[in-house]
Amino acid sequence: MIPYQWSKYFIVVASFLVALVLSVYPLPLSWRWWRPELVLLMTIYWVSVFPLTISLLFLCVVGLFQDLLFAVPLGQHSLAMMIVAYISIMSYRRVRNFALWKEAAWVFVLVIISQIPNAWVQTMAGRPVPGLLYIAPAITSALFWPLFRQGMERISSHYRIS
Amino acid sequence: MLLLVIAMIAMILVGLYTPMLEPARQKLNFLTVPFYQLTDVPRRIGEWSEDLFTSRSDLQAENVQLKTELLIHQRKLLQMAALAAENVRLRQLLNATDMLQDKVLIAELIGVSPNPLSHLVVINRGNRDGVYEGQPVLDAFGLMGQVIAVDEESSRVMLISDPTHAIPIQVNRNGVRAIAEGTGDLNQLNLRHVSINADIREGDLLVSSGLGERFPIGYPVAEVEKVVRNSGQAFARVVARPMARLDRSRHVLLVFDTHSLAPSPETVPGGISSSSTSSAASVPVRR
Repeated sequence: MIPYQWSKYFIVVASFLVALVLSVYPLPLSWRWWRPELVLLMTIYWVSVFPLTISLLFLCVVGLFQDLLFAVPLGQHSLAMMIVAYISIMSYRRVRNFALWKEAAWVFVLVIISQIPNAWVQTMAGRPVPGLLYIAPAITSALFWPLFRQGMERISSHYRIS
Repeated sequence: MLLLVIAMIAMILVGLYTPMLEPARQKLNFLTVPFYQLTDVPRRIGEWSEDLFTSRSDLQAENVQLKTELLIHQRKLLQMAALAAENVRLRQLLNATDMLQDKVLIAELIGVSPNPLSHLVVINRGNRDGVYEGQPVLDAFGLMGQVIAVDEESSRVMLISDPTHAIPIQVNRNGVRAIAEGTGDLNQLNLRHVSINADIREGDLLVSSGLGERFPIGYPVAEVEKVVRNSGQAFARVVARPMARLDRSRHVLLVFDTHSLAPSPETVPGGISSSSTSSAASVPVRR
């Protein structure tokens, strides 16, 4: 048997790996805006599970790896992730009492906030964001959140992670 | 927390304005390859099962169709050979160097960059097949883009529609030169600094001009879609649509520059074959 502590780490790391794989799954070029920000959703979920013990350094490394994977300036996604993780840690007591649809609305706001540093860095890199399209991932992420949350809760309870 | 945020912002700025982080990125890039290969697995399984479960009659029908197509293309090639020979003779009369035949290598798309603002794709050829940075990439319809980063077994290709990409072109009809920039829209290139009285019309074919010595001369790039001449402005606004099917082509061609290839074509075993007009193109496709 794997010790409890280890299985916890294993699940967290594995879930991030799965999210990263899904986030590079090839979509037609013009549909890429509508991909839910899975890595970010994973961050929001694990922060809500371990609000006091989650390591920001670990999230930072995940973000850097995502930058490497996406071939964007190093630091872009980790900066967005830091900001979202910080807001989530500050607000987890309130969000814990939200209904699922309210939580989805909160996720919508968080993903839009994460898009701000992304848009900022990309614009500096010479790729301006066209119009309001950067809201697209927030919409799909928020719509996906209830399903995602239920699925992740089932996995966590199966491995007795809390 | 604050320290990390400041470190990240510093890293972004350093990465954007200096090339200091490039070596680290290149060293770590091999870590990303398995992810792209993994996401390519479903497609490969699909292709494999399609190969496995094709009925005999389907194969026969396909065979007949391919033979007909081959015949048609061979007839065109016969004409081409005569034209190419004539072209060489005329060029000799003009004392110009004759056009070099380009060597090509077929590659397959295995991934698409997930960043919706950049038009990058990943192909399954790398250092091992002799791919180099700046190499032009084509599909069956026109120029697609160029290689910007090479790994051992894969490389990243920037498409011509990327907003940070530009390519020197000329109008096929009359040789007017211009530069076509990507706009971030798959179906749109803009021509930069075209003077208001330049002879460019809707429907003109734009081919690569070979200036800048990066892209080979004469490959179709785009077709002019719209020309807006506003007499109050110094330049005309010219919008073109890329000929290559940037969003659909799965198989692409890597063109080898004959100058840089000259030293040792043997280093790339079996991968390259000449796309010369005389030999019926026998380009091996490795799967």
